[in-house]
Amino acid sequence: MAALEIQGLAKSYPTGFWRKTLKPALLPLDLTVEEGETFGFLGPNGAGKTTTLKLLMGIVFPTAGSARILGCHFHDPEVKRQIGFLPEQPYFYDYLSAPELLDYYAQLSGVSAEVRRQRIPALLERVGLADVGRKQLRKFSKGMLQRVGIAQAIIHDPRIVFLDEPMSGLDPLGRREIRELIQGLKDEGKTVFFSTHILSDAESLCDRVAVIHKGELRGIGVIEDLKSKSADQVEVIWHGAHALPAVSGLLTESHITGETVRGIVSTANSDMLLEKLRQQRAQLISFTPLHGALEDYFIAHTSEREQVKA
Amino acid sequence: MISRLSAISFNTFREAVRDRVLYNLILFALLLVASAPLFGEISIGLEKIILVNVGLSAISLFGIIIAIFIGIGLVSKEIEKKTLYTILSRPVRRWEFIAGKYLGLLMTLVVNAAFMTLGFYLALIVISRGLGKDDAVLLVGIYFIILEFFIVTAITLLFSSFSTPIFAAIFAFALFVIGTFAEDLRNFAALSTGLTKWLATVAVYLVPNFASLNVISQVAHAQPVSGQLILFNTLYALLYSAAATAGAVLIFERRNLK
Repeated sequence: MAALEIQGLAKSYPTGFWRKTLKPALLPLDLTVEEGETFGFLGPNGAGKTTTLKLLMGIVFPTAGSARILGCHFHDPEVKRQIGFLPEQPYFYDYLSAPELLDYYAQLSGVSAEVRRQRIPALLERVGLADVGRKQLRKFSKGMLQRVGIAQAIIHDPRIVFLDEPMSGLDPLGRREIRELIQGLKDEGKTVFFSTHILSDAESLCDRVAVIHKGELRGIGVIEDLKSKSADQVEVIWHGAHALPAVSGLLTESHITGETVRGIVSTANSDMLLEKLRQQRAQLISFTPLHGALEDYFIAHTSEREQVKA
Repeated sequence: MISRLSAISFNTFREAVRDRVLYNLILFALLLVASAPLFGEISIGLEKIILVNVGLSAISLFGIIIAIFIGIGLVSKEIEKKTLYTILSRPVRRWEFIAGKYLGLLMTLVVNAAFMTLGFYLALIVISRGLGKDDAVLLVGIYFIILEFFIVTAITLLFSSFSTPIFAAIFAFALFVIGTFAEDLRNFAALSTGLTKWLATVAVYLVPNFASLNVISQVAHAQPVSGQLILFNTLYALLYSAAATAGAVLIFERRNLK
């Protein structure tokens, strides 16, 4: 069974005072996430990631479309027992201590008093907050708050966890800690859906990713496939600058240092380039297929429309 | 449902307590007790009447102010600070959130009123050197003040469900002031004609009737309050606050929380 099925979910906000016009925040989105998958929802700031999560959590209502979570309608209160959610840059009731906050949220999710008593200390230990005692959250650092945020998202042992920019604003150590917590959820077999604009986090954690930009889904797939789609170029280095005029038409870019030339050529033209270099008696030094990075795919799918406009 | 409602209302109460709102009022209650001998000096023979008027009016006014100033932030603060996001992503219905918040604030106000009543009765004991049989009627006055809190909290919640906190405070306080003159409004409607009469009559039914809940001067003079009025006012406060809270729920159910 799919953990999440989004069917044409869209959101527009009215703008203007007298003559209201609708400004789209999310164009009709179709997406399926399988159970047990760790799914990255990528996009630059303002792309529509948070809007999507707010729609799924029932915080805002869609203009069109629907979604199913674990086979149930996404507004069904019962399915929310199986959902954990960490909002972006979360703020919690700062007059509470971490155990009080977790107890409150667990109560709202229908966790019995006995289970709460056992689970809260164990969970605080798991997120590295075993020693915070009765300290109020207003005295917590940002990294500690983020760990409390993860704890509140999983206090009721949900099957699917939604995390909105879980690593944003954290120092490298804090990011590593959160990454390890997400990896732990993945190892437990939970479905994790997290939005981020930090590509290295998505690369290290996700099974699949979707790229969204300006409210529109621009691409979706397994990370290795997406990376290979952008790896269609080869770096060729040779000795013999005299050969450059004969091959320059094949190159997408070139740099000369003395007699050494570094050229980038598309995979389709690479055989022809080698042939011409042989004819020109240039000495081949290296031939390296460029390893695609998620970043290349991301940039290609979040900037192409702007380039066309320009 | 009950556990979610009680969790939300207890958390609302806990927030108010930790915001030290209650401590200020306990301080006020103590000041009232400490100032009790002054009433005896300025008004020989009338000290008890003045103490009852001042004490009960203070319990009412302080409660109304707290109801409005905490009430306007009950929903808006949760939206602004996004704490609501982690509530609504759980199996919590929106109406449960509103009802829980309402009950939590009401609990805060009742506890406030209890502490202030304690201070008031201590002051009364100091002045009268003991409590008489007639003093039981004062509890009816305090009960009616608590009924006022039911209504004021509900209308503040209603206004705050669609308006900014400042406007919600202005609307709620204005309605409270108009409501205290409800009897005058009723007389005006009876005397006027045509469209004015129609509009005034509509206003009479819409505006909460705080005038009938105010029996302070009656109980200060140890005059009994009829059982019929107690029953009528109880039903009125329950129905009016239920209607206003239902209005708040209807608006909040459809609201996009940006």
